[in-house]
Amino acid sequence: MTTQLNTTIRDTDTADQIFSHLVRLHEGLDADQSASVNAELLILLANHIGQPAVISQAVDLLISSRA
Amino acid sequence: MATPADIPVRKRYDFKRPPELDGQSVRHPFVVVGGGPIGLSMALDLAKKGHKVVVLNKMDILADGSKALCFSKRSLDIWDRIGVGEPMTNLGVQWNVGKVFWQDREDPIFQFDLLPVKNQKNPAFINLQQFHAEDFLIQAVEANDLIDLRWNNEVTAIETIENGRRLSVDTPEGTYALDADWVIACDGNRSPLRTMLGLDFEGRVFEDNFLIADVRFKLERPSERWFWFDPPFPGASALMHKQPDGVWRLDFQLGWDIDKAEAMKPENVEPFVKGFLGGDIDFEYEWVSVYTFQCRRMDQFVHDRVIFAGDSAHLVSPFGARGANGGLADIDNLGWKLDLIARGKADQSLLETYEYEAGVTADENILNSTRATDFLTPKNAGAETLRDAVLKLATQFEWARPYVNSGRLSAPVHYPNSTLSIGDADAFDGGVAPGSPCLDAPTDKGWLLSMLGDAFKLLRFVGEGESPAPIGTLSEVVIEISGDNQLAAERYGAKPGSAYLVRPDQYVMARWHDMSTAKLDSALSKVFSSKEIAA
Repeated sequence: MTTQLNTTIRDTDTADQIFSHLVRLHEGLDADQSASVNAELLILLANHIGQPAVISQAVDLLISSRA
Repeated sequence: MATPADIPVRKRYDFKRPPELDGQSVRHPFVVVGGGPIGLSMALDLAKKGHKVVVLNKMDILADGSKALCFSKRSLDIWDRIGVGEPMTNLGVQWNVGKVFWQDREDPIFQFDLLPVKNQKNPAFINLQQFHAEDFLIQAVEANDLIDLRWNNEVTAIETIENGRRLSVDTPEGTYALDADWVIACDGNRSPLRTMLGLDFEGRVFEDNFLIADVRFKLERPSERWFWFDPPFPGASALMHKQPDGVWRLDFQLGWDIDKAEAMKPENVEPFVKGFLGGDIDFEYEWVSVYTFQCRRMDQFVHDRVIFAGDSAHLVSPFGARGANGGLADIDNLGWKLDLIARGKADQSLLETYEYEAGVTADENILNSTRATDFLTPKNAGAETLRDAVLKLATQFEWARPYVNSGRLSAPVHYPNSTLSIGDADAFDGGVAPGSPCLDAPTDKGWLLSMLGDAFKLLRFVGEGESPAPIGTLSEVVIEISGDNQLAAERYGAKPGSAYLVRPDQYVMARWHDMSTAKLDSALSKVFSSKEIAA
């Protein structure tokens, strides 16, 4: 099982499909509700990944990218 | 009908009294309704195959103004095939690269090359004002003895006759009946023929307004498509294209809740253009317009003897240049099928493959156009947060860049699942799959696509010095795998003995490494009626 964060560069069709599903989650919601479902989706996908090491790398990547 | 007063006129053409008004009626094989780029290209394609065509244009002008601008490589290949490509490509501004900017960052956050496979005759795109394209098409049509282009001839009614349709046509000198075996409806997004037949046009309206300013100014910038999200000048997004004649197209996103007439007033347009250019550059307006858009399509394009093509059949947002290019894909697909049916070589049921293939193309164009529009105009705070996150991540991470969608630009559509695409029996390492358009390549005899022309061809690859006997009765293009032809062989995953069956629209129908007459005949039987194959 992989323990490395996967940063594969996807083709645009794959990216467009993923993005349109993410947007679908927000239909009819206000900003507060959107923030809340974003967190819920994040926890759901983190649970799907199920590897603390990968989550840790993802978090570190975003922390280190802060200006 | 007379041309409406609010349409700007670039050229005017003379009405000529049609012979039907003096009682000289003949049955016409093909009548094209609509004299825009799609109708004119349809007529040229049919005439190239030897057919007489009548084109009915309800107006008597070449309209000025800003309409279609970006014509794709595939469209240029189609225009080359029907003999009008080169003047377009020569006058057009050729470009391959798109850049995406965000806020006030000077460097693009993302850029893409729309012609990743180099060494092809045509560029990824040209920018050419629609009136220039139409002007070239009109000149070619008027020089063609097989095409009868009738200005100021408006269809007002349609009725069914045996194996055809009868059109009522209004002219300044009276109304006449025109009988045709086939009517091709290229009469635009408000298609009067579609209305007369009571047909549907379902889809979605997008809630945003865009300001197009075609402006003349002096600016040194490369011939590329530049797009801004949240630009440092007015507009929620902006797009810049270079046009011929020293004109630039600027396109600004205005938002939904605006007064369109107010937005077009010079004092309201000026802040956008001045904001874009900076204060001290002189400019001059060519055209200004405000538009909204819709994505729609007819459920079916083929209605027995009436066939819809172009905007009459499907409509997309302009982000992606999929409107006119999508229409040219239709006529490219339709022309050879109508030709074979009219000559009795194929059954009318061949048009089911137009229904399927043009339908797949329309759906793909609408899907891509809808996705781009949704990215450009987020519908709620959550969508906007996601969009902005993508843009921010794209400044730092390459993996985030494919998510940036400033328009997925028109590319030829593949139809591997069409009944005309015959799955590989032999294993190919790359190459061009059945249901995909042929790739261009330089050869020792010129560009490959020019050699393929517009009839069924067997494209054969042979070893150096070999000149094998023809396999069937089809005309063959033989490429000797050596020297200058290595690139072509590579692009087709070809070995000595490999062969591609190429349709008249230059799509691959089947391919083999191990070829035989029986395999070829079996493939051709998907198109030709059995007696033709036997002959």
